[in-house]
Amino acid sequence: MIETIQEMLSFAFIDRAILVGTLVSLCAALLGVSLVLKRYANIGDGLSHVGFGITAVAVAFGLTPLPIAIPGVIIVAIILLKVGNNHKIKSDSAIAIISSSALAIGVAVTSLTTGLNTDVCNFMFGSILAMSTSDVILSIIVSIIVLILFVIYYRKLFAVTFDEDFSKAIGLKANRYTNLIAILTAVVIVVGMRMMGTMLISSIIIFPAIIAMRVFKSFKSVVISSGIISVICFWIGIFLSYSYNISTGATIVIVNLVMLLIFTIIGKIVKE
Amino acid sequence: MSIVKINKLSFGYFSTHEILKDISMEINEGDFICIVGENGSGKSTLIKCILGLNKISKGMIEVNDRIGYLPQMTEIQSNFPATIEEIVLSGTIADNIRKIFYTKKDKEKAKEIMEDLDLYDIRKKCFYELSGGQRQRVLIARALCSTDKTILLDEPVNGLDPKIVTQIYSLLHKLNKKNGVTIIMVSHDVDRAIKYANRVIEIERGIIVKDVPSSEYKIGGDK
Repeated sequence: MIETIQEMLSFAFIDRAILVGTLVSLCAALLGVSLVLKRYANIGDGLSHVGFGITAVAVAFGLTPLPIAIPGVIIVAIILLKVGNNHKIKSDSAIAIISSSALAIGVAVTSLTTGLNTDVCNFMFGSILAMSTSDVILSIIVSIIVLILFVIYYRKLFAVTFDEDFSKAIGLKANRYTNLIAILTAVVIVVGMRMMGTMLISSIIIFPAIIAMRVFKSFKSVVISSGIISVICFWIGIFLSYSYNISTGATIVIVNLVMLLIFTIIGKIVKE
Repeated sequence: MSIVKINKLSFGYFSTHEILKDISMEINEGDFICIVGENGSGKSTLIKCILGLNKISKGMIEVNDRIGYLPQMTEIQSNFPATIEEIVLSGTIADNIRKIFYTKKDKEKAKEIMEDLDLYDIRKKCFYELSGGQRQRVLIARALCSTDKTILLDEPVNGLDPKIVTQIYSLLHKLNKKNGVTIIMVSHDVDRAIKYANRVIEIERGIIVKDVPSSEYKIGGDK
């Protein structure tokens, strides 16, 4: 096993993937705790499809996708949250409508131009080979910003996530923090999409928080452990993906699923 | 000293339909006020005005103390991973909104309040494992953390069994008498609440119909 790891790490593109993947997994897990607790878990799924749609259109026009996809997905994220607060349209139906439309537009544009080639497949299901140096630099910058903001606003994010009414009464601008979470989620999704794929990126947002909540019971321990769980699942996933030549995104999701089963059992035992 | 002073307040989302009409009242330091009224009478709207969450259209509200708030129980809290300590401590954010971390002073304040409310020994317990009465005690502690001397409670005993209700009321009574905390409470549970309150304010369709010492308050009106 050690030999395989050594061999794996000797490839520069895998080193890059591991660096980006670790950072993205960590950020996704931290944001995931708030999203899951606020019942916005679906938003990750919706945004990833929007990310795909925008990317497909950008590629069709011969543009670099990331600089267009990031602001585009951020705007959609804010709109979705606004709709969620509005109550006129149920937010889950709004997410479903926007996400399937974006996916449809992406697929249609692709069919009209390049056709469903490997590039598009990579966007759908993820590929660690697809990451360029500029992607890596952008991912690192974005991840560091997310981590810093999370630490700075940790107290307030807890207060707002736990009890919005109380937070507003003590003078916190609750909407501002919800928007912050949405923007950061949008950015993490676009950055992580390359590795995990459109179809699977939302899982690394949701799984770690759910897994951690099976066993841990304080907010702090759930936040910290979901970050650790997410990174460990990513490492195991990328190793298995390399060793058995399975799609990276899919492997990571399956590792998360196994972890969820293990933690559910541990949680049951601890309870008794 | 007056804590809250309201003068000819009117409030409505549309100018044609006012939820609160011409409300005037004064809450003084040391009061234990019980605000009663049917569903939809405007109680919650009045609370939101006092807390500054609603922008008022007419009249004025003067609030001379920071008010600790205990909102109605919402569903989302039922499986939330959070310890008593984390929740109570979050009340102190009101003191220093701009800081990144809790200060030593915040932690001491939270500790004192938790000790006072018999929560300190169970502070590592998870919120969703607590009984309904304990949960309310935690939220009262959080409210106290965010204020100097005034708390506002929205239906604090809703859905609790009678024995626990008595405990919550005794706790509020103690805070009011011993610690000098001004209490503003909205409740459905009029007959028991008036035993502890010193004043009762009744709201009906957005108007104050009664504002009397609790000893003079008769349920169902003066007939």
